[in-house]
Amino acid sequence: MSATAIIMFVAIVGLTLAITWWASRKTSTASDFYTAGGGLSGWQNGLAISGDYLSAASFLGIAGSIALAGFDGFFFSLGYLVAYLVVLYIVAEPLRNLGKFTLADMISARFDAKKVRGTAALSSIVIVLFYMIAQLVGAGALIQLLLGIDYWIAVLLVGFMMTVYVLFGGMTATSWVQIIKACLLMLGTVIISFLVLAKFDFNILTMFSEMTTKTEAGAAYLNPGLKYTNGIDTISMLIALVLGTAGLPHILMRFFTVKDAQTARSSVIWATWIVGIFYVLTIFLGFGAAAFVGKEDIVAANAAGNMAAPLLAQALGGDILFSFVCAVAFATILAVVAGLVLSGASALSHDIYGQIIKKGKVSEREQVVAARVGSIIISVVSIILALGAQSLNVAFLVSLAFCIAASSNLPVIIYTIYWKRFNTNGAVVGMLTGLISALILVALSPNVWNPVEGAAIFVGEALFPLGNPAIVSVPLGFIGGWIGTILSKETDEAKYREVDVKAQTGISVHDVSH
Amino acid sequence: MAGNLRDNINYDKIAEMESFKQLTKKKNSFLWTLTVIFLSAYLLLPILTSFTEILHQKAVGEITWVWFYSAGLFIMTWGLAHLYVAKANSFDKEAKAIIEEYERGVR
Repeated sequence: MSATAIIMFVAIVGLTLAITWWASRKTSTASDFYTAGGGLSGWQNGLAISGDYLSAASFLGIAGSIALAGFDGFFFSLGYLVAYLVVLYIVAEPLRNLGKFTLADMISARFDAKKVRGTAALSSIVIVLFYMIAQLVGAGALIQLLLGIDYWIAVLLVGFMMTVYVLFGGMTATSWVQIIKACLLMLGTVIISFLVLAKFDFNILTMFSEMTTKTEAGAAYLNPGLKYTNGIDTISMLIALVLGTAGLPHILMRFFTVKDAQTARSSVIWATWIVGIFYVLTIFLGFGAAAFVGKEDIVAANAAGNMAAPLLAQALGGDILFSFVCAVAFATILAVVAGLVLSGASALSHDIYGQIIKKGKVSEREQVVAARVGSIIISVVSIILALGAQSLNVAFLVSLAFCIAASSNLPVIIYTIYWKRFNTNGAVVGMLTGLISALILVALSPNVWNPVEGAAIFVGEALFPLGNPAIVSVPLGFIGGWIGTILSKETDEAKYREVDVKAQTGISVHDVSH
Repeated sequence: MAGNLRDNINYDKIAEMESFKQLTKKKNSFLWTLTVIFLSAYLLLPILTSFTEILHQKAVGEITWVWFYSAGLFIMTWGLAHLYVAKANSFDKEAKAIIEEYERGVR
């Protein structure tokens, strides 16, 4: 590792620690800790949402996928982007109008039952853990490669840093680390894209025509079908991508960090533009890596292609750009895992400890202590799991997290807001059906079972043919919620009217804020 | 204090108001119509690319139609995001009017 790289890493780590120190002085209540006191403005929150979204999986993963699989890699960019419309149209504002800290708060606004809150918290924690393991395993592999240290030291390093951010700076630190990282990441991506375009004489047509000869796939590189050959599986994966975002706890949590639905709305617009522009640029990253680094070198550095973007930076901008991109990738990972720790801790400490065990009778001080203890528990559990999961395919864990979010959380969110007849029973059955069916179908999928030794976790034929079960498990989540509802006679129309009025007009939020 | 204020709102009364019913109906039909449209446009892409070759043909130079379809999805996302904000701002005004109407009725 060069001196430039060390300076960049130290600068980024120093900057984020300075933010954490500053934020720690502003974090005294549970609301500060979980939601930065609801004090972020639209553009700040928009950048922070973009930051949450542009995880290592997006930056390193998509660039690598496009480099290796051409258009098939670009499917991820499309899915992740259109997902924002689902968030904006269906979920964002009602969630802001009804909730406080967590998804479970919002569902409990309608069904004040321990089992509903408990199930919602459980599904949030499961999603957070899967997502976190994916990020930590990816981070460990990346940092191992960059710094030349052992995998377990790399995971412990990232784990330690994320715990420090969350423990001392809460949501304020996490948000500002996210905001700064989103800006640096965009800067790095724009620079690389500009250099790639320069290589093609700033002509998109030239770029596309040259790409037909730059890879071994030839002209097929520019069309879908290079990697995903099973149509149903492709559609299933795209369903998980587009619907999963609206159920991801750390994204949903971002709507509680602003003061009202209007600000939530404007932050989604900011995020849509920033993330959208970034995803357009992933084409240049991917094409550039395929053309100027080459498949052989990309795969040699990391079989999944995760090193494509950093290697491209090195090829085009030398050691300085390489070090910068690596340091930004490191910051990206830290910021995203910190956000995940917070959303896991909110489910554990606020929902399970504060609302279920203590029945909401917790002092402000106890809440803050509980939040910090919860953060440590979530961090430690995920670090241990990540240490044991080194050989797992990261992309598969991420798609599993999206699939569970789409199957378990989204149906219940939609029913809670829009279906009058929906009841406690339906909420519990819906969430459990989505969660369990997604887990079981994945456990039986080709990602886990492969006849070729070493290609998956177990050797053998997969019982379920699809890599991503969303096309089956999302409808099951909806059907489960529906059947659970009609099997129980319970209805509370007055409560639904209250929830409906609040969700549509934001009336309670207005009154509370005055 | 805040809790008391909240409890004092008569949600049933608002829910029964004609203006509220109209707003809900208008809002939900707008949201769900567009959601069905953009999800269909989005899912049509993998359906077309997996089961037909229509989008695999060259459009301009070596650029195939699938890239133009994708560009369309990006533009759709940005366009619909802004359309949503414009609509939501007008819904906000109506919601505010409803709350005012309700408050006049209470006093």
